[in-house]
Amino acid sequence: MKVLTANRLTNGEAVWLAADHSWTSTIQGAEIALDEATEEKLIRAGKAALCKNEVVDVNLIDVELVDGVVRPVRLRERIRAAGPTNRRDLGKQAERFIAVAA
Amino acid sequence: MYRYDEFDHDFVRARVAEFRDQVERRLAGEITEDQFKPLRLMNGVYLQLHAYMLRVAIPYGTLNSRQLRMLAHIARTYDKGYGHFTTRQNIQFNWPALSDIPAILDELATVEMHALQTSGNCIRNVTADHFAGAAADEVADPRPYAEILRQWSSVHPEFSYLPRKFKIAVTGAARDRAAIQTHDIGLHLKKNEAGELGFAVYVGGGQGRTPMVAKKIRDFLPEKDLLAYVTAVLRVYNLHGRRDNKYKARIKILVHETGTEQLTGWIEQEFEALKDGELTLPEDDIRAIQAYFASPALPARPEGDAALREAQADSRSLAAWLKRNVTTHRNPDYAAVTISLKGTGEAPGDATAGQMDAVAELAERYAFDEIRVSHEQNLILPHVARADLKAVYDRLVEFGLETPNTGLITDIIACPGLDYCALATARSISVAQDLSQRFASLERQENIGELKVKISGCINACGHHHVGHIGILGVEKKGSELYQVTLGGSADENTSIGEIVGRGFSAEEIGPAIETIVETYLAWRQDPSETFLQAYRRLGPQPFKEALYGAEARAA
Repeated sequence: MKVLTANRLTNGEAVWLAADHSWTSTIQGAEIALDEATEEKLIRAGKAALCKNEVVDVNLIDVELVDGVVRPVRLRERIRAAGPTNRRDLGKQAERFIAVAA
Repeated sequence: MYRYDEFDHDFVRARVAEFRDQVERRLAGEITEDQFKPLRLMNGVYLQLHAYMLRVAIPYGTLNSRQLRMLAHIARTYDKGYGHFTTRQNIQFNWPALSDIPAILDELATVEMHALQTSGNCIRNVTADHFAGAAADEVADPRPYAEILRQWSSVHPEFSYLPRKFKIAVTGAARDRAAIQTHDIGLHLKKNEAGELGFAVYVGGGQGRTPMVAKKIRDFLPEKDLLAYVTAVLRVYNLHGRRDNKYKARIKILVHETGTEQLTGWIEQEFEALKDGELTLPEDDIRAIQAYFASPALPARPEGDAALREAQADSRSLAAWLKRNVTTHRNPDYAAVTISLKGTGEAPGDATAGQMDAVAELAERYAFDEIRVSHEQNLILPHVARADLKAVYDRLVEFGLETPNTGLITDIIACPGLDYCALATARSISVAQDLSQRFASLERQENIGELKVKISGCINACGHHHVGHIGILGVEKKGSELYQVTLGGSADENTSIGEIVGRGFSAEEIGPAIETIVETYLAWRQDPSETFLQAYRRLGPQPFKEALYGAEARAA
C-alpha cells in the first residue's frame, strides 16, 4: 500500500498526490496504490508534476490503514505528515488543531 | 567587530541579486531542480522534511544587537517565530518559503549578514572560542584571524569545489572551548618564547561516520604565515583528497590513509613554495583587522562584588545562576554571561523572536553591544559589569532565559534530528527533552557536576555525539529508533572519541539507560570533585556495561 509524496516547489510544504492529480496538503487526501499498475500511474503523475515544476523530491512511500486513517509506515514520513513531534503547534498537526478549535 | 567596507557590501548585494534571479527563474520553470539545487545550496538553502531551511552564517559566532534583532525580525516575518542556533555557531530558520528567501537575504545584507558558504564543498563558517576577547585565560583574541580566514576563503576560486566541506576553528586559549581538534584545520593561537604570536596547527579532525582526532602538524606557525600555510594544507587536500567516495572525501581520511608524516611532508613542501610570497600577511593588515576587534573601553565598576554579595543573600536562584552561567573575565570588574537556550524540556538551541529581541536589548544596554553564539548552542554576553549582573539576570527571568545549567547534564547539544532534518534517521530533540525533564532538579544536576551530553540523529554527527562525555547516536533499525551510547568522549584540549558501550536502546529505554550511567558514576566516583569524564577515564567502561547489561556484560 503506497502513496506518492513530494514537497511543493514554492514553499517546500509536504504534499501528497490525490486521485484528481492535484497535490493535497494532508496525507488523508492521497490516492492509495494497492497494486503495481496504480503505483506506476502515481510515479508517472509525479514525474509529470516534477517536469511542470509543481513539486520537488517526489517519493513513493509505504502506508497502512489504521482504523480507516492513512498512516505512513516509517516514522520519518509520519513526522512529515504531522509536523515536528516536539512542537504540536507547527506543521499539519497545528492546522488540524485550528480546524478542530474552529 | 568587523564592519563591511564598500567591497563587502557590493559583493553581498551582487550575490543576493544573482540568487534572486536564480530563484525567479526556478519558480518560472526556466531551470530544473537538478540545475537549481547546487545554486540554492551555495546560498544556504536546504530542503528539509516540512519546508525549506535557510542557514545563515554568523562569522565566528559574533553578533551585535542590530543583527540579532534582524534575526528576530526574520523569524517573526518569514518564519514561525523562532530560530535554531547550531553547533557551528550559525542560525537556521526551519520554515521559509523559497519565494521569500531573496527578500530575507536582502534584509540580512542590510546588517552585514548572508548565507554564503553555509553549505557545499567549500570552506564553511570559521568558528572560534565564544569567550574570545573576554576570557581570562586567553593569550590573544582569535577572531581577527578567523576574520582574515573568512575574507580569504569567501568565494575562493581554488577552494570552492573541494572534495568535501572544510571546517576551520580557532582558539586563543590553552583551554580549548572551540573544539579545534574535531575540525579539518584547528588553530591554537599562542605565543612562543620570544613573545611572538603564532599557531599550533592541527589537521584532519572530524566526526561523522569516521571520527578522528586531529593531528598536530606544526607546533608554531608565525602569524604572518597563516594564509600561506592554510593554503598549502588546502592545496594538498584538493589535489590528493578522494573524490571517488563521498564518505571518504574529508581530509581526515587523507591524513589517515596517507599517514601524518607523509602528509606533513607534502604540506611543508607546498608551504616552502608559498612562503614569503603574496600570501604573507602584512603586519599593517593584521593590526588593521585586529583594530575591528579591539576590546570595548571597560570603565572601572568595582562596586560589583558588594552589590552581588547582597543580592545573592536575598536570592538562591540568582546565586545558582551566578555560579553556573557567569564566567571569569580578564577584567575583574566584569564577567562573561552564558544565556542558556536549554530550559527544562526545551529544544536545545531554539530561541523565539521575543527572546532574541530581549538578548539584543541586554547586549545594547549592558554588554557593549556584543553577543556570541556558542557551539554548545547557547548565547553569550561576553562583557557584562559584575555590578549589572543582577539586572541582566532579572531581565532574563522575564524571558525564561535564566536556566542555571551551563556545563551540567541538561546543557545538552542536540542536532535537529528527525523532527526536521531530511538526513536524520532518528529524533534527537525528543531525547534531549526527556533527559532535560528527568534531570530537571538543579540540586541533582549540581551533585552530578560537569557532564556533557551530546545527541545526533544520524551518523553525520552534527550533534557531536562522538565527543560527548555521554554521546547518543540515533539510528533507524527495523523501522524503529535505536540509540547507541558512547562514553568518554571529549572536545576540549584533551580531545577523545567516545567508545560504544554496548547494544543500543529503544526510544523508551534511552532515558532510563542514561540514568543508570549517571547513577553508576555517582556510585563509583572517588569524591564529588572527580568529574564523570575523569571517573570514566580511570574506571573504563566495565562498571557502566555491568550496570546497563548485567550478566550479559559479564559473559562478554
